[in-house]
Formats: sequence, C-alpha cells, structure tokens
Amino acid sequence: MANYKYHILLCGGTGCTASDSPKIKENFEQLLVEKNLTNDVQVIATGCFGFCEKGPIVKILPDNTFYTQVKPEDCREIIDEHIIKGRKVQRLLYENPEDQKHISDSKHMGFYKKQMRIALRNCGFIDPENIDEYIARDGYKALASVLEQHDPAATIDLIKKSGLRGRGGAGFPTGLKWELCAKNAADQKYIICNADEGDPGAFMDRSILEGDPHSIIEAMAIGGFCIGATIGLVYIRAEYPLAIHRLQVAINQAREYGLLGKNIFGTDFDFDIILRYGAGAFVCGEETALIHSMEGLRGEPTFKPPFPAVEGYMKKPSNVNNVETYANIPVIINKGWEWFSSIGTEKSKGTKVFALAGQINNVGLIEVPMGITLREVIYEIGGGIKGGKKFKAVQTGGPSGGCLTEKFLDTPIDYDNLVAAGSMMGSGGMIVMDETSCMVSVAKFYLDFTVEESCGKCSPCRIGNKRLCEILDKITKGHGTMEDLDKLRNLAHVIKDTALCGLGQTSPNPVLSTIDNFWDEYVAHVTEKKCPAGQCKALKKYVIDPEKCKGCTACARNCPVGAINGTVKMPHEINQELCIKCGTCMEKCKFNAISIK
Amino acid sequence: MEKIKSLADLKKRREELQSKLELREGGDNVENLVQVKVAMATCGIASGAKQTMEAIIEECKKQNVKAVVSQTGCMGYCYAEPTVEVKKPGMDPIVFGHVDVKKGQELVSKYIMNNEILEGVIPVNYEKIDNK
Ligand SMILES: Cc1cc2nc3c(=O)[nH]c(=O)nc-3n(C[C@H](O)[C@H](O)[C@H](O)COP(=O)(O)O)c2cc1C
Ligand code: SF4
Ligand code: SF4
Ligand code: SF4
Ligand code: FES
Ligand code: FES
Repeated sequence: MANYKYHILLCGGTGCTASDSPKIKENFEQLLVEKNLTNDVQVIATGCFGFCEKGPIVKILPDNTFYTQVKPEDCREIIDEHIIKGRKVQRLLYENPEDQKHISDSKHMGFYKKQMRIALRNCGFIDPENIDEYIARDGYKALASVLEQHDPAATIDLIKKSGLRGRGGAGFPTGLKWELCAKNAADQKYIICNADEGDPGAFMDRSILEGDPHSIIEAMAIGGFCIGATIGLVYIRAEYPLAIHRLQVAINQAREYGLLGKNIFGTDFDFDIILRYGAGAFVCGEETALIHSMEGLRGEPTFKPPFPAVEGYMKKPSNVNNVETYANIPVIINKGWEWFSSIGTEKSKGTKVFALAGQINNVGLIEVPMGITLREVIYEIGGGIKGGKKFKAVQTGGPSGGCLTEKFLDTPIDYDNLVAAGSMMGSGGMIVMDETSCMVSVAKFYLDFTVEESCGKCSPCRIGNKRLCEILDKITKGHGTMEDLDKLRNLAHVIKDTALCGLGQTSPNPVLSTIDNFWDEYVAHVTEKKCPAGQCKALKKYVIDPEKCKGCTACARNCPVGAINGTVKMPHEINQELCIKCGTCMEKCKFNAISIK
Repeated sequence: MEKIKSLADLKKRREELQSKLELREGGDNVENLVQVKVAMATCGIASGAKQTMEAIIEECKKQNVKAVVSQTGCMGYCYAEPTVEVKKPGMDPIVFGHVDVKKGQELVSKYIMNNEILEGVIPVNYEKIDNK
C-alpha cells in the first residue's frame, strides 16, 4: 500500500499544458520509478492555479512549496533536493516583486493572500479527472441532500436567500430565475449551462470546467431537480478542447457512479447532460442566440419576452446560467445560505472570479470577495503597476463595460457600484492600464471587437457601431473635430436605446465611459492633434532639436522613407509629410537630438 | 464501479476517500496542526531518518493525531541525527535528537499527545531553522 509523504501537484490547465506541463508530469513519474519512490510520492495533475503567467506551476505538499516556471529538466533537481533531501530549490521559488525575496509558502504570496476561493475551491487542488477526489471534498453531497429532502421549493428558497446573482454578466438573482422556470408547467424542461465565454481575454469559465468539472455537473443536476428538468445542456465553445475533454470524462464517471442517469441516489429523479459545441461567436453567449444555435438555427438573438424560462430550447421552459454561477451552488447548499450571504456587500453576495490582466505585476485568475476595492486587487493581489508606472484606469465588463479611474480605486467592487461608476461587472475581465495607454484607442479596441462580432440583425448595432468605430479611427489619426465628439455621444445613446440585444445595447459603453472619464484626452486628440499617452502613432511627431544635432547624418541614412534632410555637420530636419513615425531615427541618434512631441 | 445509491452510501465512500487528500488539506491548514519536521539530509537518511519518518506517520495514524509530517534538510546537528522538530499549534518548536523508530513513536504518544518532554531536546535558535 502506498503511504504518500508528498503530493506533487502539477498544473494541468490550458496555460501550463501549453508550456510543457504534461512532459513535467512524465519526468516526475519516471524519476519516482527510478528512485523507488512511487509509494512515497504521488503526482497529481490539477486544474489552473490562476498564476498562469508564471507557469508551469508545481506545488509540493504538505509543505506548501510553490514552484514557478518549472521546466521538464528541473524535475530531477526537485526530486533530488526537495523530495529526497528536504531542501527547497530556491531558484524556482516565486520571487516577491517588492523585495526580490523568495517566497516558498504560497500562503505568503500577495497574489493569494486576499483571495477567497469558492467557485475555484477545487481548482489547483484536486485531479479533475478523478471523481473520487471530488467526492472526498464533499462532492455530490449537496445533490444527495437536496434529493433526500425532496423539496424543490425549499432548495430554490435557499438559493434565493443566499443572494447569489448570475455571474455571466447581468447579475440576475439566480434563485428567482429558477423559481420562474419551476412555475411553468411543461412535459419537458431544460437546464442549460452557458460556457460560451466570449469576452476577449476571459478564461474564468474555462478554468472552472478544466479544474472542477464535477461541480458544474452536480449543480446542473440540482438545478434540474429544482425546476423540473431531466436534461441538461452545456453550450461550450469548440475552442476549449481541454475543458470539453475534462467535462466529458467527468460526465462518464458520474454516469458510472450512478450520479447521472436514472434514479439518482435511489430516488425517482432522472437526469443526464449533453454537450453542445459553439463556433465561438461572441453573440452566441447571449441566451436567446445560444438557444437558437443549439436548435441548429442561426445564432441570432431574438426579442425578450418571451424569456427562456417561458419559451426556451425547443420552445420549452429553460433555465440558462453561467458556469461560475453553477460552481457556487453546491457550496451554498453544503454550507448554508447564511454563510454565503455573510460574504460580500448588501446586494452582491459571495465572491467573483476575475481574469486580471494588463500592466500589472501579477496577472492571472483570481477570486475575491465582493466588496473588495480595486486598490486591493491592483496593488495587493496584482502587486502594483509594472515598471513603477502610474495607474491610469481599469477596464471591467469587457466589450460591454467601461473604464474606471483613480477616483474609484477605493470603491467596493460589486454589481451596483460598478454600474454607478459607469462600468459593469460583466463576466469578469479586468484589465489594468498605466499612463501609457491611450483611452481613445482602448475604446476603439472594443468597438473593433463589437463590429466584428455583431450578428447584423438590427441596424443600430450593425451600422451604428461601425460609424462609432470610424469616428474613433478618425480621432486617433488626428482628423477628428469637436463635432465628432458630440456625434459619438449622441450616436452611442441612440444605439444603446434601440439595439435589439444586449450586445448592441452595451457596446457603446466603452466609448461613453472613456468620454466621461477622459474628456480632456479626447479633446487633446481633436484640438491639439496630440495623444497625451503617446500611443497614437499617427499623432506622434518626431522632431530634431537643432541645438543638439551634430549633423552626423546617422538618422538621415537610416530613415526608411528618406524623410530627413540636411548637410553634414549642419542641423538636420524631418519632413513631417513624409515621416511614417517608425522611430528609427530616434534610435540611431547618438546625441539625443530627436524627441517625440 | 459500484453505483452510489443513497446519501449514506456517498458518506461511506467519502470517508474512505478523504484520507487520500488529508496530506493536501493539511498543507493548506498547517497553522492549526501539529507540524513534524524530520531532518533527512545525507547524514539523516544514513542514520535512519526515513524509518523514523515512517514510524511517526504510522503512529500518528494509529493514535488518530492530525499532524503534517515533512522532512527538512540538514539542521546542523549531525552528531544527534536523526533529529526531529515538532511544532504544536501556538507553541514554540522543539528539536529532539537521536530519534529512532521507538523514540519517534514516543514522540507522538508522549510529547504530541500529552505534552511530556522526552530526553534529548536540543536547545536551538529557532529563527535559524528552516522556514526557507
Ligand atoms: C452579447 C452577449 C454575450 C454574452 N456572453 C455570455 C457568455 O459568454 N457567458 C455567459 O455566461 N453569459 C453571457 N451573456 C449573458 C447571457 O445572456 C445570460 O444572461 C447568462 O448566461 C445568464 O446566466 P447567469 O444568470 O448565471 O449570469 C451574454 C450576453 C450578451 C448580451
Ligand atoms: S444588437 Fe447587434 S448583436 Fe444584437 S441582434 Fe442587433 S445586430 Fe445582432
Ligand atoms: S520616424 Fe522613421 S520615417 Fe520618421 S523621420 Fe524618423 S526614421 Fe524617418
Ligand atoms: S543622428 Fe542626431 S545628431 Fe546625427 S544628424 Fe541626426 S539628429 Fe543630428
Ligand atoms: S494554467 Fe497553470 S496556473 Fe493557470
Ligand atoms: S547533514 Fe544532517 S545534520 Fe548535517
């Protein structure tokens, strides 16, 4: 019998898998055989630890050692030193960005200190392909007790009291949604999991599915029992092969254990789950479009009402929830609504998973209690702005959201505060920007995305967003006028008020919020033809300081378009009409005579 | 695989499975558990530290003591190997020298369970030990 003294947890998430973690696992396993340690050390591939940028991650227990950026050839040293001799491999430990000291225990890492893991409770802890590990962590206990109690209304009531709101964007109360669907009698109903996750840069849902697929299966079964559905559908994008694989493995194991199928836990409840693949269109994350796509129709939204709870998949009452919403359900049932509602703010309970990205030291997947401030997230968990630069803004809510400025740094993060501040929670994208980011370009980035992803069904979105995008483009190229700024604002409001679905209704938000918060920056682009952040290429002006120029001709010889004139030993000059702003001249000048104005 | 047919079934299965994750759960919660560190550098293994470690783990299981047993590198007391550091929650760590299998078992039953100090305590400056 194996009597393990060490567990080597190895990240098997998408990020770390891409950077060779399967090879690392293989190496560890080989070394354990070679050293005759297979009965002393267990190697487990887990889901994402959230610290993907520093991956592959290897965590050793029981001493909580957190190794980052491990390479397959490091395995021998870890086994020889750490496992055999008990000496941590210093060079692989995480280095605190503040004082460059190595931190060995992950509990002391700023990145993890302020986190609270409910939805991600099992990610980076269990083997997602082993149902036994899920069961050992109270898995399927919530389903069992709900079925034992056999009172759907009581379970719905518990979810209502917990205060859980949808994590897919809009924040609709989950218990209420279930209740509405439960009320509609029908011969067949469906419980649907929205795993489309289309926000650029978002990977919360993918990580949950990869790291803890059983929690979604269990929650869907609970939801199915509550609303009276015997079939669950997961709509997942085909670009998530690992998540699909793990989910399929998990479904098969649950069937083998009788946790999916007929007469679950010996009761009269039957339930099973089917996977449906999406082609990765952003609009298909919208629930009506998602349902049409699953029905084999075009993935286009339709007007609500009727809501899916009345007329959903195959015209039957259906309940759509997001992956992260489901991941919370079993814990709420196990620990009680009182526990859950004690976390967070008055109207936003529990935690939220964010994909933290941008110009900060620690990027990754984090889960924090609602009510935490942006300052805590950016400076404590995120380790501050990269390169000691100044904070400028943080974008939340993806293409539907907006930018928050410094004055919101101490605002508690929850659904309502973010909306009041001109942004929204969205599905959890959080991009931190420093002083070198141009806000007009940020707005343009999101509008480009929306124009690309608009389904084209209604004209405000199809045509309006295109116009918005063109105006933004004009401004970044230095051809904007003050009227353009008015036009932007007016058009944005028209689109918001008239678009058919959530995509169009929220797509102008990035424009409006940047106009509101960074008006001066827009004006600078328009009146002075200047980009204060120095990002808009077309507005950069390279100039030679005649005082400093020695006339060495280096710049002129290297300019790819011959935009620099001058004779040897005389100050040179740049012809702005010809200059393509490549920056070569500035690089070549040894006398610091060229600068950007 | 046999199907799980009731809540009671699930509970039974869970109890059987939980011990497999104990070591991981412990690592997440070390502050509240007894921590035992067995010195196992080159001289440690030579002097039987591995058997000591096994004995301590076995004894903890037998006595139902929740402890996190790990190994550390050289503590600098080669003369007294195998050495074992025990830290009970809320108490200062104590290092014991010459811990063989028998003494390892006593460590659990006497010191950890009953606060009885065994012979062979090595006075140390705890700051220096491990935590690396
Ligand atoms: C354009 C658009 C895209 C959306 N994309 C997603 C998505 O990727 N994932 C998701 O869960 N919800 C998405 N939603 C929200 C869904 O329509 C729906 O509100 C949500 O899945 C409900 O689940 P919840 O109540 O658990 O949040 C999107 C909405 C819109 C308008
Ligand atoms: S708002 Fe945009 S995405 Fe939505 S239906 Fe209209 S065109 Fe399609
Ligand atoms: S920026 Fe490039 S194109 Fe412009 S003057 Fe310098 S080298 Fe020539
Ligand atoms: S490289 Fe600098 S110093 Fe030389 S000619 Fe150009 S601007 Fe003048
Ligand atoms: S994929 Fe490994 S830490 Fe995220
Ligand atoms: S090697 Fe063990 S005390 Fe020095």
